Amino acid sequence: MIRFEPRSNVSSLFSLAPPVIAGITALVLAAIPIAAAGGEVFAAYGHIFKGAFGSKFVLSELLARATPLIFTGLAVSVAFRARLWNIGAEGQLYVGALAAVAIGSGAVSAPAYIMIPLIILAGMIAGGTLMLVPTLLKTRLGADEVVTTLLLNFVVLLFVQMMLEGPMKDPMGMGWPQSEPLTRAATLPRMFARMRIHWGLVIALVSALIIYIMMKRSVWGFEIRATGENVSAAKHAGIPVTSTFIKVGLISGGLAGLAGVSEVAGLKGYLTADISPGFGYTGVVVAMLAGLSPVGVVVASIFIAAVFVGADSMSRAMGVSSYIADLVVALSLICVLVSSLFVRFKIRFARPKKTPPVVKGEA
Amino acid sequence: MEYIDILLSANFWAAAIRIATPLIFGVLGALVCERAGVLNLGIEGIFVVGAMCGWMAVWLGAGLWGGVLIAALAGAFFGLLHGILTVPLGLSQHVSGLGITMFATSVSYFAYRTALPDVSSPPRIEAFQPLDIPVLSELPFIGPALFQQTPMTFLALALVLLVSYMLYRTPLGLAIRAVGDNPSAVEAQGLPVFALRIGAIMAGSALMALGGAFLTMSAFDAFFFGMINGRGWICIALVVFASWRPGKALLGALLFGAFDAFQIRLQNEVGAVIPSQVFLMIPYLLSIVALVLVARKADYPRALLQPYFRGQR
Repeated sequence: MIRFEPRSNVSSLFSLAPPVIAGITALVLAAIPIAAAGGEVFAAYGHIFKGAFGSKFVLSELLARATPLIFTGLAVSVAFRARLWNIGAEGQLYVGALAAVAIGSGAVSAPAYIMIPLIILAGMIAGGTLMLVPTLLKTRLGADEVVTTLLLNFVVLLFVQMMLEGPMKDPMGMGWPQSEPLTRAATLPRMFARMRIHWGLVIALVSALIIYIMMKRSVWGFEIRATGENVSAAKHAGIPVTSTFIKVGLISGGLAGLAGVSEVAGLKGYLTADISPGFGYTGVVVAMLAGLSPVGVVVASIFIAAVFVGADSMSRAMGVSSYIADLVVALSLICVLVSSLFVRFKIRFARPKKTPPVVKGEA
Repeated sequence: MEYIDILLSANFWAAAIRIATPLIFGVLGALVCERAGVLNLGIEGIFVVGAMCGWMAVWLGAGLWGGVLIAALAGAFFGLLHGILTVPLGLSQHVSGLGITMFATSVSYFAYRTALPDVSSPPRIEAFQPLDIPVLSELPFIGPALFQQTPMTFLALALVLLVSYMLYRTPLGLAIRAVGDNPSAVEAQGLPVFALRIGAIMAGSALMALGGAFLTMSAFDAFFFGMINGRGWICIALVVFASWRPGKALLGALLFGAFDAFQIRLQNEVGAVIPSQVFLMIPYLLSIVALVLVARKADYPRALLQPYFRGQR
């Protein structure tokens, strides 16, 4: 018989343990599929590590990969804090990117110091508005937001494809379904020559800082946390729960929209329908690894990005399928969930005691 | 009046039933899990696993029904994992389910890529063929509409009856429904809450995997990346629409199949004017509408999403 006893006051150092244990466990478990695919296990780990941290160039690649994950990770963690289950960051990313190219590819011409804030604002409004739909369906009509946000991802992707094959198609794009390129003024500059790391990373870090301050120091942050802890208690305490959900939805969607802006304006320069290889869904893993903390999101994004970039290089060197990265990411989500138990509970192995018959709660 | 022509063609109804089949499996599976009090968002990934395992088993020479069995077992395995995480460990059903979806999907893709490193066109198998039932298949209109389906469609229909009978007419069904409504009462009866819940999740997940297997073994004859395309999530919406009843689940899936088949035919008629993506959005929007329509009065199993710890209340 195993018993869980809740732990009181968990030290902050101890609460760092689950994500670290989870990350390591997921990487170790990845040895099984690597070996099954006929790869040399230790050499594979070597390739992953070198592929992620081995040179200035790959480090830049790693941080470029982490940038959208910081945004989507923040988006998910803010929403999950209030127990608003936003699994729609993928769709919000795409509408954010769509808004950025709609404004930034020639429709408006202004100097960079106006254009950049403009496309950022547009992307955030687009993402936030998209998330407003499931949020209102939840607060007004009681429709489960998990399902609606998930389903909207598919709708948005089709909408983006439609725009890219129709009204927003680049006439100079050789027939490819892609948007017109962003103007120079609407492009986030690269930080170093010949490297893909761009100023989107700085925006991501600033966003993390803002969210950190908001959650810790502001009334909004307090209301969000209270709503997430216990909705009915929050209601009794006079917290405007409905408007808190709406605020959270707007912030969360806006952050995910920013991920899209940063990808088109910082990396790609134009929009295609395959700009995100699931950054929105990976954001859920990032947020859970981070324990929903904004600082943790930055660290977790770097870890996940390292797994992707490292696995890509390992895959090229050894011929093991690069889906191994998705496998490690999925495993780390499951592992962090399990290892969080060790922080929340003391686990006692004891002989079964006779449990008194349960009488209360008959219905 | 080409719209009426569409509705009057046997071909249309046959397509509606064909489109509904994987959803029937999926909705039944989700229904069994949720009736026992556990939301299974692993469904999308379990569809992928079922599609991949069923197809690969046949491709390796297991025979069609062997493939069906292996798909179901693979689904049950991921159901067991979800069950352990959410029932005795009491972890978040939302997050665990998403984890199962990611895990199941990536394992399937990894296994497929490892077995078939570079193939330009996916290898095909000899898939299930439509049955030719002696008298029934030759009936005018009704024959081609209803009775020229593959065996898996008939399996899906039989499972609706079976699940319905099990849930409402057997002690096991009563226990499963009770464990999703009031687990402490079940405990007081001396029945094992954990075993009932985990068992229901495994059975439900096996059903979901069959939905995936139908796609690679009946609807198509090969496995593609991204072929599930949100069907699992649609099932989660349809379960609410069906208010957790097998009969209504069948009706919901068929209604959905009819809409989808109609939309495909409509696309052929007016496809030149309206972009194809508008039509492709319809299934997802329809699911959202279905969910919203019933959300307010939905009669959720009362212990859904609530982990149960022994002797807690």
